[in-house]
Amino acid sequence: MSHPAVAEHLLTERRPLGAAWDKLMMWLFLGSDAMGFAALLGGYAALRFGDVNWPIPSQVLGINFTALMTFLLICSSVTMVKSLEAIQKDDRVGCWRWLFATFLGGVLFLAGQCYEYTHLIQHGVTFSSGNFAATFYCITGFHGCHVFGGVVLLGTALARVSSGTLTRHHANFIENVGLYWHFVDLVWILVFTFIYLV
Amino acid sequence: MSTTAAAPAPGAATHADHGAGHGHHEMSFLRKWVFSTDHKVIGLQYLFACIFTLLLGGLLALMVRWQIAYPAGAKPSAEQVQEWKSQGLSGAKLDEAIANFDGDKPFPILGELLWGEELSKADVNAGMVGEPGLFGNSNGMMPAEWYNVAFTMHASVMIFLVIIPMLTGAFGNWVIPLQIGAKDMAFPFLNGLSFWTWLSAALILCLSFFIDPAGISAGAGWTSYPPLSGVVTPTAGPGQTLWCIGVILGGTSSIMGSLNYITTIVNLRAPGMSLFRMPLTTWSAFITSILQLFATPVLSSAMAMLLFDRHMGTSFFLPEGLNFSGVDIPNAGGGQVILWQHIFWFYSHPAVYIMILPAMGIVSDIIAVWSRKPIFGYRPMVYSMSAIAGLGFVVWGHHMFQAGMNPVLGTTFMISTIMIALPSAVKVFNWLGTLWGGQITFSPPLLFALGFVSMFVIGGLSGIYMANAPFDIFIHDTYFIVAHIHYVLFTGSVMGIFAGIYHWYPKMFGRHMSDGLGKLHFWLTFVFMNGVFFPMHIIGLGGYPRRYASFRGYDFLAPYEGMNVFMTICAMALGLCQIVFLFNFFWSLLAGKKVTSDNPWHANSLEWSTTTPPPHGNWIGPVPTAYHGPYEYSHPNCKEDYAPQWMPMQRVYADAAAPATAAPGASGAVGAPPPAPAH
Repeated sequence: MSHPAVAEHLLTERRPLGAAWDKLMMWLFLGSDAMGFAALLGGYAALRFGDVNWPIPSQVLGINFTALMTFLLICSSVTMVKSLEAIQKDDRVGCWRWLFATFLGGVLFLAGQCYEYTHLIQHGVTFSSGNFAATFYCITGFHGCHVFGGVVLLGTALARVSSGTLTRHHANFIENVGLYWHFVDLVWILVFTFIYLV
Repeated sequence: MSTTAAAPAPGAATHADHGAGHGHHEMSFLRKWVFSTDHKVIGLQYLFACIFTLLLGGLLALMVRWQIAYPAGAKPSAEQVQEWKSQGLSGAKLDEAIANFDGDKPFPILGELLWGEELSKADVNAGMVGEPGLFGNSNGMMPAEWYNVAFTMHASVMIFLVIIPMLTGAFGNWVIPLQIGAKDMAFPFLNGLSFWTWLSAALILCLSFFIDPAGISAGAGWTSYPPLSGVVTPTAGPGQTLWCIGVILGGTSSIMGSLNYITTIVNLRAPGMSLFRMPLTTWSAFITSILQLFATPVLSSAMAMLLFDRHMGTSFFLPEGLNFSGVDIPNAGGGQVILWQHIFWFYSHPAVYIMILPAMGIVSDIIAVWSRKPIFGYRPMVYSMSAIAGLGFVVWGHHMFQAGMNPVLGTTFMISTIMIALPSAVKVFNWLGTLWGGQITFSPPLLFALGFVSMFVIGGLSGIYMANAPFDIFIHDTYFIVAHIHYVLFTGSVMGIFAGIYHWYPKMFGRHMSDGLGKLHFWLTFVFMNGVFFPMHIIGLGGYPRRYASFRGYDFLAPYEGMNVFMTICAMALGLCQIVFLFNFFWSLLAGKKVTSDNPWHANSLEWSTTTPPPHGNWIGPVPTAYHGPYEYSHPNCKEDYAPQWMPMQRVYADAAAPATAAPGASGAVGAPPPAPAH
């Protein structure tokens, strides 16, 4: 593959701290997205501390199962790093394999969330059954949407790697997907801590 | 997302090829003007769409004012009754005169179209029924429920569909890449998407008027405080739901726009264009984008929670035992109405600065150009804007002093709010310092800029008043706050918008607007806007509450009745004199004097270096280099009174000084410092 053509308006691009425009934009987007999560988590805190009858999460939610899902998501962050490392060495096959592992991690996480939701709803914990359930579904659901978005991005990357249109010259695409994926992972650790553990 | 790791050197051969090949791009009309990715076209799309929404928002404002002056079912004033008595009426005759008193005045033209034929009070009393209008039949008069819609939608349209998109969408888009020497935004596709997302938000908000047979759109105020907004009721029906969706979409568009602006400013500045060589319009857009980026998602989260409360049976904001008109709300319980206020104002207070900072930037540039002086205190201007933005994130509680806040917390918010006066005062001082001793030309852009500065002082001073919790508790929810917000947003931001339009119009369209009509527009607007908004301070202190559909029947407000009618007359005149602007704007597009120079105002910043109007890609050939700051006006060593950024200082001197003393060659080394720095 030859170098892809650079759009004319990007010919004079500066790269402060080595960040091309798309990487900077991803960082900014993540900062913005974090504020969206912060609003939901802040609202959750206010509602929880304003209600003396708030249930103890571990008595309603399955901690062990979710801990497994958390472990899965953390592992998928590791495989994400490995796929970036592979594409930077121009190892497309390796990149595809690690990407696929990440993709699989995301899909399994979503499957786990579906299972968890179904189980809870069968036990009467629905979106409209009080603020404990409402905040739970609202925040984990918002996070689930992010995981779904990440899975779509990973699927795009997989298709591009297998069709050969994504080479080491496009490593920044994998890097940006990775930034997003690590962010989703980090947010989950916060969500897991605040919604499930404490 | 497909750039390579190594950027080719600027000005390399590939660059020239691109420039040469540029004229051959032939785009279809749709691609070029409708689904465009060119930042200038997108900026103009915002501009034209916002002129339309400005008319809609203005019309709603006039309807609000009309209703207050001539409300439905108005009773005769005490003076009128006294007059009848002195004419000898008494007993049954007096009662009949009072019953047949016709104080109603339907809004001109629209009143009968929307609310049916106007009948005299005597005919109504006799049981006659007129032709119905679009939104039902109430004798041509606005019903009180619709008054809620009028003020809610006036504010929503003006904030989300006029001022924010006009300042960040129209000016941000059009000006940023041209001022920093970029060929386009970093991600042109996202930029186009941002416009179309905003436009769909605008359409949804406009459609919300027609989803209910009585034309009830959102009616819970632009702040949409629950529980009123959190439950589906006649006041907050389907229109309120559409409103929430529209606001979320508008916010998404803002986020997409800010991502582009920040990235473009950080990564795509022309060679030599260091951050502290950027004009203040670009600086203000940069700081505003940071505010938008981090504040808007908070509002989106809140709106989503509100929608869940309305339609999905949750109770984030609904307190225990909520009851509307005798009907219990089953899902209510455990929610906090104050939580909404905290989250909402966490966005909406920074939003106030989103609506004023870009205007401050525009005004700074215009004052420097039209008084032919370097901006006084360039860096303090940047630092004060940053300080306003930073403080803007920690003052939201001053909207909630009345909400049962711990006084200690209230004091914190009060102090942080008053601190905003410091950077604001620095800015006003610097604008005055720039004007001081300058060669001032009172052109329409400068007149509007001066209008901004002088009126911003009034709005700022009343802001300091209201930041004080004890005073705020006294004037809370009165017309005093309405006066304050309009002094900042109308006589502030809107003045900045007009100044920007008059200033950049020749570059945007290649034609001049009429100076005479521009000045006429300014003076009429200036007089009437003060006529509308200044008395609001007085009636606010007199106790006029905001958002009441009618004030008739309150004895303690009766002395101010005349002032109320006066404000409405001024408002109608203010609305009508905008016709001068509209005529000037559209007529000049077709028949204005053609520009004879690419830099008609002898300005320094890079947007004036290119051809007029700027071509696709902004510059034919490579982008210019910025050799020095943007405010080198009346430099003592220059022959001309300006030194464009795109010319090395040596070359500017060479015109003035003897060739022997000028720097030979004028090689144009990037970043060569001017010998006598102005800042």
